[in-house]
Amino acid sequence: MVDTAARSGAPEQLDRVIVRFAGDSGDGMQLTGERFTTTSALFGNDIATLPEFPAEIRAPAGTLAGVSAFQVHISDHEITTPGDAPNVLVAMNPAALRSELGKLEGGGTIIVNTDSFDERNLTKAGYRANPLADGSLDTYSLYEVPMTSLTKEAVAPLGVKPRDAERSKNFFALGLVSWMYTRPVEPTLDWIESRFAARPQVRDANVAAFKAGHAFGETAELFDHPFSVKPARLAPGTYTNINGNTALAWGLIAASELSRLPLFLGSYPITPASDILHELSKHKDFGVRTLQAEDEIAGIGAALGAAFAGHLGVTTTSGPGIALKSETMGLAVSMELPLVIIDIQRGGPSTGLPTKTEAADLLQAMYGRHGESPIPIVAAYTPSHCFDAAIEAARIALRYRTPVILLSDGYLANGSEPWRLPELSELPDISVTFATEPNHTNPDGSRVFWPYLRDPETLARPWAVPGTPGLEHRIGGIEKEDGSGNISYEPANHERMVHLRAERVRRIADDIPPTMLRGDVEDAEVLVLGWGSTWGAIDGAVDRCRARGRRVAHAHLVHLNPFPRDLGDVVRRYPRVVVPEMNLGQLTRLVRAEFLVDARSITKVQGVPFTASELEAAILKELGD
Amino acid sequence: MTDLLPPPTTTPKDWASDQEPRWCPGCGDYSILKAVQTMMPGLGVSREDTVFVSGIGCAARFPYYMNTYGMHTIHGRAPAIATGLAMARPDLDVWVVTGDGDALSIGGNHLIHALRRNIDITIVLFNNQIYGLTKGQYSPTSEIGKVTKSTPFGSLDHPFNPVSLALGAEASFVARTHDMDRAHMVETLERAHAHRGAAFVEVYQNCNVFNDGAFEGITSRANRDSMLIPLVHGEPIRFGPDKEKGVVLDGQGRARIVDVADVGPDSVLVHDEARAEPGLAFMLSRLSSGPHEPTPVGVFRAVDRPHYGSETSRQIEAAVQRGVGDLNALLHSRPTWTV
Repeated sequence: MVDTAARSGAPEQLDRVIVRFAGDSGDGMQLTGERFTTTSALFGNDIATLPEFPAEIRAPAGTLAGVSAFQVHISDHEITTPGDAPNVLVAMNPAALRSELGKLEGGGTIIVNTDSFDERNLTKAGYRANPLADGSLDTYSLYEVPMTSLTKEAVAPLGVKPRDAERSKNFFALGLVSWMYTRPVEPTLDWIESRFAARPQVRDANVAAFKAGHAFGETAELFDHPFSVKPARLAPGTYTNINGNTALAWGLIAASELSRLPLFLGSYPITPASDILHELSKHKDFGVRTLQAEDEIAGIGAALGAAFAGHLGVTTTSGPGIALKSETMGLAVSMELPLVIIDIQRGGPSTGLPTKTEAADLLQAMYGRHGESPIPIVAAYTPSHCFDAAIEAARIALRYRTPVILLSDGYLANGSEPWRLPELSELPDISVTFATEPNHTNPDGSRVFWPYLRDPETLARPWAVPGTPGLEHRIGGIEKEDGSGNISYEPANHERMVHLRAERVRRIADDIPPTMLRGDVEDAEVLVLGWGSTWGAIDGAVDRCRARGRRVAHAHLVHLNPFPRDLGDVVRRYPRVVVPEMNLGQLTRLVRAEFLVDARSITKVQGVPFTASELEAAILKELGD
Repeated sequence: MTDLLPPPTTTPKDWASDQEPRWCPGCGDYSILKAVQTMMPGLGVSREDTVFVSGIGCAARFPYYMNTYGMHTIHGRAPAIATGLAMARPDLDVWVVTGDGDALSIGGNHLIHALRRNIDITIVLFNNQIYGLTKGQYSPTSEIGKVTKSTPFGSLDHPFNPVSLALGAEASFVARTHDMDRAHMVETLERAHAHRGAAFVEVYQNCNVFNDGAFEGITSRANRDSMLIPLVHGEPIRFGPDKEKGVVLDGQGRARIVDVADVGPDSVLVHDEARAEPGLAFMLSRLSSGPHEPTPVGVFRAVDRPHYGSETSRQIEAAVQRGVGDLNALLHSRPTWTV
């Protein structure tokens, strides 16, 4: 950096920057973005990411449909969103430029791979004239870099075939952007070394391309000076960069350890939940059993069978899978067995937008079953919170002997952020006790086991696992007699059992924290009520509104069924309540129905999260600005 | 789970729960229940280590009548639920009781995958060729042309042969028995129980209300000798009052029924249940297209192959051998930095 500084001046300090890497699905943009993110996280910046990719594994090359993008926001202060408009767009081909340009801030920086701007690719992207030549980009800072040919030149001495050489061009781009933002190079070089250790030629080509990109920035007269973003002042602790699905998988492992129960996952592959199955499949050293089942129904069925056997049973899926699992959820409600059902929501209905985010399964989670079958719902609100949410879902399931639905979404699942690693001693004890003795005395004095004799406080029934002598019992989906658990069609008994199952879920409200509130808690003009992944955007929007002198409070729900005990008071305390959601107002309906308040909905269902500026505008509009 | 002591001596009564069976009087399910309760004391297993899992249907009430652990679950899903149970707890004895509608219609997918994976469970399919609990619709094993409430002009569906289906899924143990012969039932179910991996037993079972006498042509005492073809490992496949009929492989590679006198006793096929390839067992299953012609009973196939639960445990044990998982190490397994 000393040489660079000597040539072109010291790096210019920025407090934050938003970079968007975009290219063809086969260009490796997700990987490039992830590497840039990891390096920045290790450097100490706060980060937030938004990966966006098409559902097709390889959409036709060069087309708009095939564009894959990764947005990363790096900052020297705490941030909660991947940013509104990128400052920098790296476009590897014309289609990436055309599809992503509209997102770039006015006058932003564009770095293009000029080698791909040939007639064929321009036509595929729908350009009639070359945008690099027709002056249409004059208001931007445009940097034209022949990345493909420079990459080929750099790797030629290694004897790499030209076709393979081209594959390394994303590392050239990464090297160049790493230079621009004075990122340390070692983490990336180390990563390439270990990732491609088994394929030395690919490893060497990627290293050469990365170094060439870095050197190009330093030596080409193209760029005046690099930039730097200082480390953020985060709370003291040890951090790692984590995405939601990994955090969730680790949370399940933690729940297994904290409950001292083996973890059993029954799952069927589905985007965007499959990575949890992948991650858990690796961790057999924790005794984790994973079954890639024949279908969604078998996934939850096997998990329920394992729960009966005394394991922590879990199933993972997305919205369509939840629909298939709903009958078994009804059985789990009736059997009153602990079970964790994880829904990584995506755009729907049906196949919908499988790789895009949405949060429109709340009412399905709440009501999407036959009969009166209440199920507690927990929702994660940041990628790292998925860890805590998994433990919380397991805690409720185990303590109350009930299926619990955990809601995450595609944005949390794939987005990443720095996570201050918890001390193990900070984690809750969620251990359970199995029944070992009969619990009821017959009129003849004999001691027997009644599977539906409840704990008077929690209304949870005893959990007696096979292998326990004397507690043999049969349970099923037919209505059971309160207490004995024997089949009962008696009308009053059914009504009692329906009420007991509902009351058991209601009582969980006594066992969860009050509503999370921040902002102008005392005297806000408006309460912004959110749940799930809208947290970051709401947080940013509320700060901006307050900076404009408006008084705004933000409440965010982790528990959606039951609601925190104080939620009714909270929503009635403020003159206005607005509820931003990535659906058409599902929480809004629940809040209106439950508390009779005139909550107003702010909705977005475009497969991408709210930006803070969108919500800022919506909140101000609600306030009459 | 508890100890290594031999299980206490029990009687059939110990295996009966306190619940009164609620099948129709005269139902074949009673004789199967009796056979199972009679058999259990001889298996050398404990009640607490035994789990009966069922789906929905008349047969699915079975677990309520056994004084063991039991789950009465969802239509068709018992093999899936039992898969989780058996994987989680290889120490347990897991039985699945199912029917022709439960196992072959709504639950067909789970059945073939449980068999394919070779989950260590014993599946007993009560085949009565009718939907009983929903009061008399045709089932996936009903014969073509069957007139029922839902097929007033006769059913058009080609029926499944459950044994052929199980063999097609490469089940490692496949057998057939019937509700009129307790000794044969017990003998067959004992073999199924002793098998490691997925064991599949089809039991011809009479529904005296909606499909009475469906199997009488082959299972009644008067017809058994001439209409049931006993499969006994290592013995020539012969039947008839005087063992005058036999099964041979013809020039086309098909199994055929012949008069032994016509071909000579040495030409009769000797049954080999342990053949690695399921092809010959499949051919034997095709000898009969329904309970109106000579039908093989007994063990069609019994081969050893790795079963899913123990293979899962093996992978876990190997991983644990390399080092028990450490949560703190997991959390720090990716690059970290300290503020």
